[in-house]
Amino acid sequence: MNDSQSLLPPNRKVATALAPLQLSGEHHLCPGCGHPVAWRLLLEAISELHLENKAIGVVGHGCYTNIVQLADIDFLQCLHGRAPAVATGVKRVHPDAAVFTLQGDGDVASEGLAEILHTAARGERITAIMLNNGVFGDTGGQMTAASVVGQRTKTSLDGREPEAHGYPVPVADLIASLPGAAYVARGAVHNAGSIAKTKRYVKKAFEIAAQGDGFTFVEVLTMCPTGWFLPTADGPDYLEGTFEKTFPLGVLKGG
Amino acid sequence: MVTRGTVTINVEQCKGCDLCIAACRPGVLAMSTDVNGNGYRFPLLSPGCTACRACRDVCPDYCFEVFKFDTPVEDDAGAA
Repeated sequence: MNDSQSLLPPNRKVATALAPLQLSGEHHLCPGCGHPVAWRLLLEAISELHLENKAIGVVGHGCYTNIVQLADIDFLQCLHGRAPAVATGVKRVHPDAAVFTLQGDGDVASEGLAEILHTAARGERITAIMLNNGVFGDTGGQMTAASVVGQRTKTSLDGREPEAHGYPVPVADLIASLPGAAYVARGAVHNAGSIAKTKRYVKKAFEIAAQGDGFTFVEVLTMCPTGWFLPTADGPDYLEGTFEKTFPLGVLKGG
Repeated sequence: MVTRGTVTINVEQCKGCDLCIAACRPGVLAMSTDVNGNGYRFPLLSPGCTACRACRDVCPDYCFEVFKFDTPVEDDAGAA
């Protein structure tokens, strides 16, 4: 009990700052970013399912890749967009492992749409997680295939226009239409209620993948106030008003 | 003012994003006017915390730990 504790009434700790498998809380992501919140719920889900010694993460390229320095589980990084293909190999070599991918929307929707769709179509028993903030944050905030209509990015300064840029790709809906996909859900991290729901989705996805029912996919809408040119406090409202309208939250398949 | 719990805030790790302010259900968090070593303002707690964990859940910089009092207190002991 430290000095500040001794000044308080009798109490019990009900929430720690870090997830059980988290080694550090320091990261280089921007203020107001939603990714670290998604990292924590992912690590909490893995810990609560007692998968510490079975989990193998495969990450693509993006700001979220910083998780490999913070988490006490095994990771490997692969070419941009190719995480589901690499995870397929890992799962086939280690069929008892809880193999998951962590990718951004640039990684999944723009760079590696073929990989994720074929992995889902094959019904690989892995869990794929896509953090969707509608920008290539790591490379400076360019538009991705999942940027929503009207969204301003570094490469769509006047907003995404369907005539010029096309429409956003609803990756989760595409995957849900494939017979190989056993569970597809879409959550968000813009408020405490959505964070709790998203954690349930991630746990369910790991459970269904472990049962061998097929491919599982959880899309997580996250804030990128830097890439959205917004004050950090406005990130959750922007997510709710634009991304959530384009990508409705909930369980799309299974569960 | 009933205070049911409190939070510890890692002020130096805070990046001043304000997300906890809107997330705080009883509305007892407010941003400081001072800045931390990195130049960011940080949240300060007033009495009335319910230990609901919302600030901790939304914080991208892992600044909050939440403590629930065994019995609610009526004074300002919840202020960290």
